[in-house]
Amino acid sequence: MNHRHTLSVLVENKPGVLTRIAGMFARRGYNIHSLAVGPTEDERVSRLTLVVGTEAVQLEQIIKQLNKLVHVLKIVELEENAAIEREMQLVKVNADPAIRSQIIEIAEVFRAKIVDVDHDSITIEVAGNPSKLEAIVELLQPYGIRELVRSGTIALARGTRSISDGSKLRMRQVS
Amino acid sequence: MEITGAQAVMKSLEMLDVDTVFGYPGGAILPAYDPMIEAGFEHVLVRHEQGAIHMAEGYAHATNRVGVCIVTSGPAATNLVTGLTDAMMDSVPVLAITGQVASTAIGSDAFQEADVTGITMPITKHNELVTSAERIPEAIKEAFHVARSGRPGPVLVDIPKDILSATFEWHWDDRVDLPGYKPTVRGHGKMVREALDLIASAERPVIYAGGGLVRARAAVELERFASLLGLPVVTTLMARGVLPDTHELFVGMPGMHGHYAGVRALQESDLLITLGARFDDRVTGKLDAFAPEAKIIHVDVDPAEIGKNREVDIPIVGDVKVVLEQLLTVLEDKQRKGQFEELVPDATAWRAHLGALKSQHPLRVDQPEQGVLKPQSAIRAVYDVWGDEAVYVAGVGQHQMWAAQHIPYTRAGQWINSGGLGTMGFAVPAAIGAKAGVGRDVPVVAIDGDGCFQMTFQEIAAAVQHDIPVVFVVINNGYLGMVRQWQSLFYEDRLSQVALPQDLPDLLKLADAYGIPGFRIDRIEDLYTTLEKAHAITDQPVLVECRVHPDEMVFPMVPSGASNEELIESAEEWYARVAEQQA
Repeated sequence: MNHRHTLSVLVENKPGVLTRIAGMFARRGYNIHSLAVGPTEDERVSRLTLVVGTEAVQLEQIIKQLNKLVHVLKIVELEENAAIEREMQLVKVNADPAIRSQIIEIAEVFRAKIVDVDHDSITIEVAGNPSKLEAIVELLQPYGIRELVRSGTIALARGTRSISDGSKLRMRQVS
Repeated sequence: MEITGAQAVMKSLEMLDVDTVFGYPGGAILPAYDPMIEAGFEHVLVRHEQGAIHMAEGYAHATNRVGVCIVTSGPAATNLVTGLTDAMMDSVPVLAITGQVASTAIGSDAFQEADVTGITMPITKHNELVTSAERIPEAIKEAFHVARSGRPGPVLVDIPKDILSATFEWHWDDRVDLPGYKPTVRGHGKMVREALDLIASAERPVIYAGGGLVRARAAVELERFASLLGLPVVTTLMARGVLPDTHELFVGMPGMHGHYAGVRALQESDLLITLGARFDDRVTGKLDAFAPEAKIIHVDVDPAEIGKNREVDIPIVGDVKVVLEQLLTVLEDKQRKGQFEELVPDATAWRAHLGALKSQHPLRVDQPEQGVLKPQSAIRAVYDVWGDEAVYVAGVGQHQMWAAQHIPYTRAGQWINSGGLGTMGFAVPAAIGAKAGVGRDVPVVAIDGDGCFQMTFQEIAAAVQHDIPVVFVVINNGYLGMVRQWQSLFYEDRLSQVALPQDLPDLLKLADAYGIPGFRIDRIEDLYTTLEKAHAITDQPVLVECRVHPDEMVFPMVPSGASNEELIESAEEWYARVAEQQA
């Protein structure tokens, strides 16, 4: 059975590193559910959060194959209940003045933000775990969603430990 | 000292003790070919860039050093693709330097532009597009380091023309700093001890010796380890010679065209001690029927190979030579303490059984005493004449399998072929590269098929021009023999597009055209006398054509997709089985 696994991957911030990773997934037939990439506290290092749907045996192979890429510094699997996972979603929903207040109410329940209002639409920004984002979409659907965009998952382990508490990066932290 | 990027390429290669590069000049790499006139290494001018990369591979196979090739951008770089993939599959340390269009023109579809780092990303261990002249020494030094360390492989460095021409202050630092690349060298001590315990309790242990042992040059350690514990050894296609075929513990080659005893040894074993091998489909046959009763110890420098195809009982990540040394250290320690005997498995009956299989199932040649020449006889005679001191290089197909089966290899690096990728056309350039590496005193004999030979024989010109005296033996059966064999066995003998007329081209005229001696043998009676004549010529390349019977097939054979249990030793056996199934 396929399970959702979240991998946090530290990579050297070099040209083509994302292609290397995406290409490795494609050519070995691994499936990426979502991918988010951005800078870290160290400008030479980027952090990728990959969500993959796979069996445990294949996950081990994915991690090993990732590790073989020269620009990959460290890989950590973030267990669901030991990590904070977030996605962000922007939803542009139909909202003429008559129903505007209903939509604002829904947004408030989800602690979402109204980021743009026009004559007959509202754009809502909502962050959270995937099920929360799906729930708000379900409630907004009847009003007519004009546009929707959703980021990949980003995640951090709970507690004090950081991903860069490891040998591969020690040298960088010193410098 | 201010120098150009191109000069830095030369200096970097000199710093890395490169003695030979294989290449072909062209537009974007032109700046590098100017300082090359004064460079401290030889340049072999190939006739096609595929030749350059296969020569670099052959050089690396034969010397265990990094093979280097240098070509221009675009079509030249794309011509490296086959060889890079070949080197990736067989873990061959190769450095490819490619020219690129000027950095200002990248992305504009400029003349002879190709996204070479993009194209070669999946077929190199690593690659880099260099973006400044200052970076050149580091990029080349790092590429060398990555190519030859850990699990070796091809690395490509792509350098734009303007960066080759730019100047900078030369600097060189021997240290390599790649924070994301730290191959594990030593095996886990606990796993090493557990491996020995598991071996001690085995009844039918076999060492499944792979190409990793050849790359690690661990033949001495392997021999000592196997001998101390009395462990039978099979050597895969990539590991032929790493334990001498003449050794009493040598059982055979496993795999689709392995020796009968070699295939059976794995299949019947209760413990595979897998050293630098990767459970390739050509060895395992149908994976879920492979060695069904065997527990697995797997030693490999690449952690991703462990557990990839077969679940493992004892995984050991590390350089196989170092891990063998660790195993030997424990064994020697036990010897001192008088506890050695308890680590030796009781495999006397097993060894006797394998010995019996070996003698009951020899390879069959069935050579008539007169007339028609069998390919197997030709290959055996080539070995008889050039002997154990020679290096043998093969292409891909029937001739390759016969050369792997019939020649009794005795050392690592003595047998060079394209295993994982199965690259037809490999032999001619790889043999030239190997000869450039091993030098005057070691004969290099390419044993090629007529199909393979016609893919790359243009490189004979490079051998002649650069005075690299390789012996090219073409086993000419007038067919794409292995494809024909499959069509005969599995497609009811409906031959489709496999005929290559024996006279096309006339190989004696071809030898003549290249100005080298050519010999043709088509009768068994002339075999040795003619080969001796060719053997006497050592100062220039030689071409020997062996015209052989076209109906010969390679046996034993595990039919494609079948279990190793279904090994057949003759075509008759296969046809009988098919008839039985139809009945």
